[in-house]
Order: sequence, then C-alpha cells, then structure tokens
Amino acid sequence: MAFYRAHILVDTGTAAVLKGANALRTALVDEIKRKGLDKEIKVVETGALGLAGAVPAIVVYPEGVTYANVTVDDVAEIVEEHLLKGRQVSRLVYKGDTPSVIKSAENCRSAEMRVVLKNIGVIDPTSIDEYIAMGGYEATAKALTTMSPQEVIAEIKASGLTGRGGAGFPTGLKWDFTAKADGDQKYIICNADEGEPGNFKDRLIMEGDPHQIIEGMIIAAYAVGAQKGYIYIRGEYQQSVANTERALDVAREMGLLGSDIMGSGLSFDIEVFKGAGAYICGEETALLASLEGQRGESRMKPPFPPTHGLFGMPTVINNVETLANVPHIIVNGADWYSNIGTQKSKGTKIFSPCGDVQYPGVYEVPFGSTLREVIFGMAGGIKSGKKFKAVLMGGPSGVLVGEEALDRSLCSEDLNPGAGALIVLDETKCVVDLIKNCAQFFAHESCGQCTPCREGTKRMVEFFNWWTAGAGSEQDLKLLDQLATTMALTSKCGLGQFAGVAFKSSIPLFEEEYLAHLVDKRCPAGICEMDKVEEEVRV
Amino acid sequence: MKSCNSDCCVPCEADIVAIVDKCGRTECNLIPILHELQRSFGYISDEAMETVAAELGITVSQVHGTATFYTLLYTRPQGKNIIKICDSPPCHLQGSKAIQAAITKALGIEPGETTLDGNFTFEVVSCMGLCGVAPAIMVNDDVYGNLTAEAIPEILDKYAACSCCCGEGC
Amino acid sequence: MDNINVSIDGIQVSIPKGSTVLDAARAAGIYIPTLCHMDGHKPLGACRVCLVEIEGGRGALQASCSFPAADGMVVRTNSRRVHNARKAVVELMLSAHRQDCNACNRTLNCELQDIAKRLGIRENRFEGEMPPRIMDTSSPSIVRDSSKCILCRRCVEVCQNVQTVGTLFAVDRGFDTVIAPTAKKELTEAVCVACGQCVLACPVGALYEKSHIDRVWEAIDDPDKHVIVQTAPAVRVAIGEEFGLPAGSRVTKKMVAGLRRIGFDKVFDTDFTADLTILEEGTEFLGRLKNNGTLPMLTSCSPGWINFIEYFYPELLPNLSTCKSPQQMFGALAKTYYAEKMGVKPEDIYSVSIMPCTAKKLEAGREEMSVVNGLHDVDAVLTTREAAQMMREAGVDFVNLPDEPFDEPLGIATGAAVIFGATGGVMEAALRTVYEVVTGETLENVNFEAVRGLEGVKEAVVKIGDIEAKVAVASGLSNARKLMDLIMEGKADYHFIEIMCCPGGCLGGGGQPIPTNDEVRKARMEAIYAEDEGLPIRKSHENPAIRTLYEEFLGEPNSHKAHQLLHTHYTPKALWPTDVPLDEVKTK
Ligand code: SF4
Ligand code: SF4
Ligand code: SF4
Ligand code: SF4
Ligand code: FES
Repeated sequence: MAFYRAHILVDTGTAAVLKGANALRTALVDEIKRKGLDKEIKVVETGALGLAGAVPAIVVYPEGVTYANVTVDDVAEIVEEHLLKGRQVSRLVYKGDTPSVIKSAENCRSAEMRVVLKNIGVIDPTSIDEYIAMGGYEATAKALTTMSPQEVIAEIKASGLTGRGGAGFPTGLKWDFTAKADGDQKYIICNADEGEPGNFKDRLIMEGDPHQIIEGMIIAAYAVGAQKGYIYIRGEYQQSVANTERALDVAREMGLLGSDIMGSGLSFDIEVFKGAGAYICGEETALLASLEGQRGESRMKPPFPPTHGLFGMPTVINNVETLANVPHIIVNGADWYSNIGTQKSKGTKIFSPCGDVQYPGVYEVPFGSTLREVIFGMAGGIKSGKKFKAVLMGGPSGVLVGEEALDRSLCSEDLNPGAGALIVLDETKCVVDLIKNCAQFFAHESCGQCTPCREGTKRMVEFFNWWTAGAGSEQDLKLLDQLATTMALTSKCGLGQFAGVAFKSSIPLFEEEYLAHLVDKRCPAGICEMDKVEEEVRV
Repeated sequence: MKSCNSDCCVPCEADIVAIVDKCGRTECNLIPILHELQRSFGYISDEAMETVAAELGITVSQVHGTATFYTLLYTRPQGKNIIKICDSPPCHLQGSKAIQAAITKALGIEPGETTLDGNFTFEVVSCMGLCGVAPAIMVNDDVYGNLTAEAIPEILDKYAACSCCCGEGC
Repeated sequence: MDNINVSIDGIQVSIPKGSTVLDAARAAGIYIPTLCHMDGHKPLGACRVCLVEIEGGRGALQASCSFPAADGMVVRTNSRRVHNARKAVVELMLSAHRQDCNACNRTLNCELQDIAKRLGIRENRFEGEMPPRIMDTSSPSIVRDSSKCILCRRCVEVCQNVQTVGTLFAVDRGFDTVIAPTAKKELTEAVCVACGQCVLACPVGALYEKSHIDRVWEAIDDPDKHVIVQTAPAVRVAIGEEFGLPAGSRVTKKMVAGLRRIGFDKVFDTDFTADLTILEEGTEFLGRLKNNGTLPMLTSCSPGWINFIEYFYPELLPNLSTCKSPQQMFGALAKTYYAEKMGVKPEDIYSVSIMPCTAKKLEAGREEMSVVNGLHDVDAVLTTREAAQMMREAGVDFVNLPDEPFDEPLGIATGAAVIFGATGGVMEAALRTVYEVVTGETLENVNFEAVRGLEGVKEAVVKIGDIEAKVAVASGLSNARKLMDLIMEGKADYHFIEIMCCPGGCLGGGGQPIPTNDEVRKARMEAIYAEDEGLPIRKSHENPAIRTLYEEFLGEPNSHKAHQLLHTHYTPKALWPTDVPLDEVKTK
C-alpha cells in the first residue's frame, strides 16, 4: 500500500449516489489533482457509511472528521481549508449531540462497538490490499495453517456465536453437525437474502466490506470440509451482488479461493446466486429449493440442512453478519469474543433503526445494550421533536414494544433483537395501520404452500381492511387472535408461524387503539379512512 | 420456433440456447437462466420457457411455475421503465402511500399497470432494503429515497418517452 | 431392520426405523386425517391437517405425515389443542373452497367432506374472499374446477412424477397460487394425455371426468335409437366398489344386469374385441418378425399411451401396432357387422362404452375413429364411476341384482381378453395365441407369471418355436418413458413391448372408482386373474364368435377389410409450442 498522508472516504451508498455522491467524488479527485495533492491524498469510495440522513458525506482521515451534506460547491473549500491548511470546515462538520457512526473500533462512542463494521467506511471495499492492511485474511491464515478443523469448531463454539438472522442458533453447533455428517459434497451457504423489512445491515456489509464474508465462509468450509459455497443475495441488491462478485474474483486471483488454499489442502470456491424476488427464500429450506432451481417453497424439517441440505448434502447456512463475525473470533480468540455481550448473547449485534428516527442507519453494539441507547443514543431519537410511541423489533415478524421496553437490554435473555431491524413509530402513527401493513407484507410473501399461512395471511389482511374501513366488531379481535394462534401452531415454516406475532404482541399494549377502531369506528391517529359502512365491506 | 438473423429483439432459439449454455445445463441453473433471459429480452416469454425446459430436460410447467413464483421475474412484457415502490412498514410509516398516489397521478396508472405508450410499468413491492432512506422507489436500477410527493414529477420526467419523430422512444 | 418404540395416545407401538409418526399412528390403529399425503410418495407437508403434538417439541404442532418417529417418542393425536388446530386449519381451507357439496361430483366420497365431518365443523370463523374460479371444460376427458382445489398437489406429483407428462404444476404464489396446466393454459392447449391419474389422486371434486351421462340418457330415451353398450375388462372387477363392495369383488354378471336395468338394448363385452385384437395384433407381430418390420412392436390399446407417444416419442410411431384399441374395434364392428346382422341402420345405433379410463373419451372423439359416414364408432364413453352413477340414478340396487349373462354374439369372450385389464395381460394373451399359432402345439400352462404383477417394468424371454422372443411390459408413463428412452438410445433388443398408460394397467385407470391405490389395484388384479381362471376358454384364437366373425365378415386377420375397420394411423403432436400446425413439427 502506497503511503498517503490522508484518506478521504466518499460515501457512495445508494442513498448518497442518488444525491450526487459520484459527482462529488469526481470533483474531489479533480480538485486534489489541481492542487497537486494527488500523491499525498487518496480518495476512496466506500459503501454506505450508515449516514443515510446526511448524505452525501465524506470522512477525512487520519482525523476522522465527517462532513455531512457536502455538495460539489463545497469541494474547493474543503480541499483548500482542511487538506492544505489543516483547518476543519466547521459549517459542514457532522456534529451536535448525534453520535458519529463514522468511527473505527478504537474511537467510537462507548456504546457503539464496531467489530463487524470496523472496516466499513474505512477501507475501499474494492481493494483487497486495504482489507489485508486492516488485518484481513489473517484469520484465514491462522485457521487454515495453525488450527485443525475441530479446533476451529471448538473455538466458534466457545465464542458463543449465534446466528444473526433472527433464530439465534449456536453457530459452532451447526458447523459441528455438518462436519460430522456423511456426504461426498458439503456446502457453505451465506444467506444474504435480507428481506425482512427494516433490515439493511447485510447490504452494508456486502457493499462495504465483502471480504469479511468470504473469509468467514472459507473458515467455515475448512471447519466442516465443504468444497463449494454460495452467497444467496436477494435480487434487489444489485450493488451487493457487484461488490461481492468483484471481491470473489480478486480473492480467487490471489489464491484465497480455489484449490489447496494456503497449502492447507482445502479446495473451496464460492459463487454468488442472485435471488429473484421472494422474501420466503430467506427461510433456509426455501433458499435451498431456490438454489436448486425450484419455486422457493419451504421444505419439511426435519431433516435439517446441516445434515440434509443442498441437493440432500450436509450444508451450513449462515447469515451474512454471522459469517462476518467469524474472522474476528479466530484472530482475537473465543475468550475475547465471549467477554463481549451478555451471559447468553455473546459478541456484538448490528441494528438498523429506521422509521421515525432522526438518523436511520446501521449501528453495531454489544449485546445487552438497551433499546434506548440505540434509538436515542445512536439514531438520534425521534425526528421532528415528536414523542416515541413504539418500536417493531426485528421487522414484521417481530414483536411490537412500547415505551416500557426502552430500558430493556437487547439480548436473548431479555428483549430479543431478531435480525436487528428497529422500526420506530412516533406518537402520530397508528398501530392498527402498522400491523395491517405487516399483514399485507406476509400475504404478499407467503409461498402459498400450506393452508394456514396461505389462507390465514389473506384472512388477516381482510380483518384489517374491515377494521380500518370502519366495519369491525369487538368480537373480531378475538377471532383474529385465534387465527394468529392457529397460524403459529400449524404453519409449515417460520413465515406463517411468525406472521401473527406482531399483532398478538400489539394487543395488550394498544388494546384501546384497536377498540377505538372496532367499537367507536374511529382512528385516533387519523390515518385509517374509517369511511365505509359494514355492508359495503363485509360480504 | 424460427430463428432469425436480423437484429430483432425477439428471442431466437439460438440466443436462448446460448444463454442456457452460458449458465449451465442443469435444473439448478434455472433461476440464473431466467434472470439472464429477462436481462436480454425484457421478459421471459412462453416460447423462451419452452426452449429452456427442453434444454434442461424439465417440464415447461415447472419452468413456468418457477418463474411465476418470483416477483422479479416477468412472464409478460413490461413497460420500458419499471417503477417499484416499497410499501413495507418502514416506507409505509414514512408516507409511501402519498408517493404512490403521486405516481398514479403523474402517470394515470395504478400499481400493476403499464402506461398505454408502454413507457412505464408501476408496481408495489416488498422492502428493498432502502429503509434508511424511506420512502423509497426504484426506477429500473436507480434508487430514489427520502421522497416527497412533490419530487415525483421531476424524477419521472427523466424517464419520459421522447416525443421526437423516430418513434423509438430514444 | 431395527425397530423403534413410540407411544401414541398412550398406546405403545413398535415400528421400523425410518417410519413417520403417521405410520406409527396407523400401526396403533389411530386415525389421523390427511389430505396432501399419498402413500408411497414423498410427503409434502402442505395441508396441515395431520398435525399432532410431540412431547418436548417446541411450541408448534408437527405434521405427522412427514415427521420422523424416533425411539421413545411420546405423541398425542387427540388433545384439545390438536383438535382445535386441525379444525381451524380445515376452516381456513374451507374459507377458500366452494362448498356446494350437493352439486359436487365427489360428495359422499370426498376426503375433505369426510374430515370436516369428523372434526365437527359447523360454521366457519374465517370466511372471506374466494379466489377466482377457473372452470376448464376444454378437454374431452377431464374437467378442472379450481374452486374446489385445496392445493394439496397430489395431482402434480402424479402428473409430473408418475406419468412424467408434466401438465399440472403450481403457478403464482400465496393466496393466488393455482394448480394449473402449463402456463395457465386450458388443458387442451397444454400437453395432457387425458389419462385421468390426476383425477384419481384428487381428494376433492377439483378434477373429474367430462360427463357423458346426459347424452346416454337421451339416447336411451330416444325410441328410434338402438342403444348398445360394451364393458371393458377392468370395469367388472371394480364397479362393485361404487356400491360399497370390497375392492376386487367380481361382479361381472350383476354389472350386466345393472346395465340392462338402466335400459340398454344390448349389453356386450369389450372382451370380444380384446380377443379380436389379439388375433390382429398377433398376426401383425408375426408379420413384422418375418418381414423384418419395425421392432420392437409396441401395443396400442391404451389411448393415454397413444397420446403420450404422439407427443413425446413421435419418432417411435412406426413401432406402434396399427391395431385400434378394443373399444374402437368394437365401435367399428357395431356400426358395420352388427348393424348388418341386426338389420339396423348404422345411424340408428347408439354405441356406448363403459371404460375404466378417461382417455377413452378423447379416443372415441378422434377424427379417424369413424368407419361409417362420419359417424362416431363409439358415441359415448362412460367411466366406471359414471356407469355406477347412472345405476344409482335409475334406482338400481346393485348389490342385490341377479346374475345375468352378456348378449350374443358380441358378448362372447375368453379369459385371455379379461386379463387385458391388468398390466401384462395383453402380452400374456398375445403369447398364448402366438405360441400356439407358431408352434402348432397346445400350451400346457397358459399362465405367464413373469409378466404379471404391479411392478412398473417387467421383462421376459419366451421361447416360441425357434424364436426367443424378448418381451417387456410397462405400466405408468414414467415406466413407459424408461423403455422408450432405451429404444431411442438403441439399447433395447425387445421384440414386443406392452405399454399401459396407467399404473397397474386399466384396472388402475383414471375412470375407476376412487380410491384407487396399490392395495386396491392388487385386489382388482387378483380378481381379474380369477375371472380368467374361471372361464372355459382362455385363448383368444379359440373364441368361437371371433371365428364366426372372420368367416362371415372379415376374412382373415389383417385382411383388407380388417385393416379398413380395425387398424388406424397415428399423428405426431407438437409438444411446444402447441399452436404450431402439426405438419411443421420436426421429429428429433
Ligand atoms: S408457512 Fe407460509 S411461507 Fe411457510 S410454507 Fe406455509 S405458506 Fe409457505
Ligand atoms: S369437494 Fe368435497 S367438500 Fe368440496 S364441495 Fe365437493 S364434496 Fe363438498
Ligand atoms: S390427465 Fe394425465 S396428463 Fe392430463 S393432467 Fe391429468 S395426470 Fe396429467
Ligand atoms: S386439483 Fe385436486 S389433487 Fe390437484 S392440488 Fe387441487 S385438490 Fe389437490
Ligand atoms: S397430510 Fe400431513 S401435511 Fe398434509
């Protein structure tokens, strides 16, 4: 790596690009060249910095100063003042009591702890050199050359790492099942079909630091004896596909993928598989069906994928964030990792607060942080000075919690964080409207294979349509509760089983709001139309 | 199916076979093949599915059933530009309905419809992972976030069909 | 094999390792409702009516049809929790189901109706919008009514994997999911061989045969029409099931009596022309052997199979015997030989057949199946189920009917003809005749066991004089496909192959009583061979009525007249795109 006295990171995440980040980058490069600084200062594109509310944004290192809402017109000033004269352009500095998310692990706010996200915004995701300079592929080298596969599994087990996709199954145990299963061919699959509304953390990792995932997969392959890997990325994430594919190409060129990796005897390669638009493919057996070229319909469990997975062979399926944790555990050791977090939830968790917060974005905190810390500390609290009302934990398949939960800690012992989405509602929002929207989501995404989910998600939407049109009755609440219970008990896969959870969790908290709709035919928030009479809607 | 040698945009059997060969001749490559067909021809026609089925040795109904399962795959021609609006909770809470209404007003079509001139198809989709910039839409591969209803006409203008004489919508 | 012990509702059972919880419950004599499950097929776990509670399991209930039983497992199938859950699932199913049981062709023999009754469903808590109804009446054989479909996908499994035709598949997703022919076309626009195996698989009234009942009543009511009926070999061992008799009840003579009660003027037997088929086909086979004709010769009496080969192996059409099926031979003779003999004008004869088959309806409607003035040789085809329905409509007390014989002369037949109803039967009948014709010796043992049984593909080598005839028999189109692929690859050195479209042969045909499963097939098969044993004459060439027919009318087997009336030709069909004119179809 050539030596530069300063790096400028330009956020070229989706949000930034649409606000002119590309033009900004070009202007910066030109200006730096014009001033003759191009040997000293390097302009680097990064994925989204997690600063969606304030883009285009840049960060100048080594100071780590973030400038927000930068335009092409500001470029000359920044170059002149900051880069030549060393004076920060204070009017553009991202400041206030909002936490800066653009900080590397060492100097981030006490509450935020960047392990998986440590390189995001720091390195150029297209450069494997920068990744390596930050300690990348050290874990691979360590695992493949100094550890036995059993030791790797033992290390992961000891770390307490659990799946980050929402289910929280112990990763080491999963690997162990696959390692011990018979099969001529074994597979490692990275589940990057991030479809749960409100989640966009995997996207950030893939766009900002894809090598981490590749490394995690190589180590997993070594541990279980797999020959082939797939990264199943949802079709909507074009940038993620591009960045990941580019990273794979480079890794392959450098011999990090292919045969006899690092002389360890491990032969392993990875392919990106682009999803085609189906939330259900985030369910692991549906994902397998999709990978096999079929309708993404979930399959019977047991048998489970670790022993009977892709093409019936033993298969490890891990979420992006889970795999991204692996290299850090290998390098720093299980002890270091298991010291982070709580008794049962080890390590860090990435959250993506969105909705009515001031700074929607992606934040990594140790398990056990409180909901308040993330929503108010990092995401800046409720925007436009409104009051907090509730938060949907993990997305539509999660539970709704209110004010009383703000000081609960985010971990499996207390408030389960799900995949990490935090969909925040301010006081002006209608809970019935939100849950209706969740129901619509599930009805749209149900694979349609099993009866309770196919018909149940549809009926659920119908109930809500009646209610928000003013055609509900008090007794409906009980019926829908029974329906939700049925779906939870009888559906074939998680989609149907969880489709009614948000509704159920919302009743005790907001029963009055439901009753206002059902009995008084009135939407307290004034959002639902409530303008039809019973006969028109319910036939 | 006849094959043609002109530069027409209708998939010829040879083109389809080439795509199958590129992606690999096994059932598990069905989805990559369908993606690729759509990229080349805009949608996946019945004829293309028939050829793919024959090449992969699976039934046409299976190919069709698979294609219709996924929302990103189209088995019918679509407008030149596809507008996708997310109406999952994060966008919904930030007012996606108003954006949807603005698009309908600007184009005169409801979600699921295509404009008469074939320039736009408009659809409501599930979360696209743009929750950080909700409400968001995508027009083809371009993302527009933090939208207001007022911003819609300007955005759509960029994709308007040209009114010059060529009739090609250049 | 290792056994495991499972406790079901407190009953201990010992079952082989690898069994499901459903298997365990059945072993314990406990009924668990199922809908998407089909014995012998991979479980899908879609309908969710077979739920049970597994002790120590996580909250959700488990689908017993697919949940593996494990040693020491404690299962409850009858708790309130299980009952309520099943009930709610069925209510949900019914919420999207057009429940007009009284107008439904499966009423009283409907798995859904039965389960709803057992669960005590009286009202539905979850009523709502129904999916749009698709009524597809385009096919001459099969009717599809999506409003009855519960998406169990049993038809898909059968159509894709048992028959490998691949017509039916799930389309779209979620609440919009429908089971439909390729690309949501109508059945006639898609490739469907009309076998009706999907009908047998369907637990409800979503798939059924195109009914000919009304037109037959009309003909019977018409005083100017001479209405005759022929009954296929496999019908007589199955129709009793429609009236509550056990599978495999031999009710040939009650059936004849029942048909007379309905009002048919003459009740004949397709077996007569089955014997005729043996003479024509046997002669054709020997001719091919002698003159280096196209071999292996393939039998041609199964119309679903004819459709299949026309679609999928058009290049093998020259291998097909040119003989019409017994149904069509009968039809041709009815309007010629019989008409002449009776002095009735062919147009006044209304010829009905009772068939175990849905494809026969399509066959009877084929253009080439007309020997007199563009009249259909067979005017109406009733499935076994429809024939029983007509008897019910006529108030026939089937079980207590007296035994009555067929009418003559077209009712005289041999045991060789009866076994046409079972897979391997045509082959066996042919061998009985060919052996004696070629060698001039009398067969000691007429039973060719090697070609009997329910296996999909059977092979045998039979010494006939100095010929070592290598024969094969397949039933079910996936098995037919295996043999055809071998021929295409040049790896088949058979002389003669019998193919039946439906698994087990006609006794398992798509027009047979429901249920038709392996157990039922076996019982019917035993009955067929028992019928054969019970007949005085068991070789087709010894049928006196056939001899008379040749003497009086046809001359000799494969004569010019025989060719005109009893043989046919085939047309390659376009697999895709189906709208291309047939003459443009290229053969591989
Ligand atoms: S629960 Fe829903 S998504 Fe899962 S199998 Fe059933 S219908 Fe499909
Ligand atoms: S399919 Fe069964 S339940 Fe449905 S209407 Fe027919 S008889 Fe009744
Ligand atoms: S009749 Fe036979 S070929 Fe046609 S749809 Fe049914 S099973 Fe398939
Ligand atoms: S048509 Fe019948 S067999 Fe096929 S899915 Fe529907 S209910 Fe099941
Ligand atoms: S019979 Fe078990 S789920 Fe249908």
